[in-house]
Amino acid sequence: MTVKELMDKGWFKVINEGDDTERDIEKVFCCDLLSIAMGKAPAGCAWVTVMGNINTLAVATLADAAVVILAENAALDENATAKAEQQGVCVLATDMPIFDAALMIHEALNA
Amino acid sequence: MEDAIVLKYQVIDGEFQRAGEVSSDVKHKLKQLGVPADIVRKVAIAMYEGEVNMVIHANGGEITVEITPEQIRMILADVGPGIPDVEKAMQAGYSTASDATRNLGFGAGMGLPNMKKNTDSMDIETKLGEGTTITMVVRL
Repeated sequence: MTVKELMDKGWFKVINEGDDTERDIEKVFCCDLLSIAMGKAPAGCAWVTVMGNINTLAVATLADAAVVILAENAALDENATAKAEQQGVCVLATDMPIFDAALMIHEALNA
Repeated sequence: MEDAIVLKYQVIDGEFQRAGEVSSDVKHKLKQLGVPADIVRKVAIAMYEGEVNMVIHANGGEITVEITPEQIRMILADVGPGIPDVEKAMQAGYSTASDATRNLGFGAGMGLPNMKKNTDSMDIETKLGEGTTITMVVRL
């Protein structure tokens, strides 16, 4: 499933489309501690988190995540939004809990 | 090293909002040079951890990146407080980060171990009260 196909399902609000929506999502990854995410987030993952600060975007870029999904209505602050636009990172949002959002993506990946 | 490309950056103290800019820039340059994606990712992760450490612990510093056809060498030099116990600092989960740092999602004590994991060699030179220089190599 590509990032675009995930967006097209309409499950999540699009905060920033990013510049590679044709990218394949390889795996789902859940973590809020950036120190751990930096080491463990697999390249090409859909990263579900409630951490919406600018460092989340840096980690997503450097660890090469395909898309960031902010769960529990977590907001992306102004600096982080600017960073997402600048770095071309796809950011989606939902009021769902982390587990539910991640499970939905996981099931779609394995459908 | 006549065909080395050398990049130099300043990491500014306390600039948490900007932490990651050096690593992002290096990542883009490596991509432009056609370095394989898995190598770029390793360099980006190791550098970012180092960059964040410089912001958290060391009042900023200087990063030099040397790129040759054989390897990428990163030298992260600061004039911070130094690391009292390197062996302890290398243990996953050991952290001296402040609550403010932890609130940002950092400070889990994974930085140095993660740098080691993503590089082919890592050397730490540190002196209390004078600073730390970390040299990391990723082979191409």
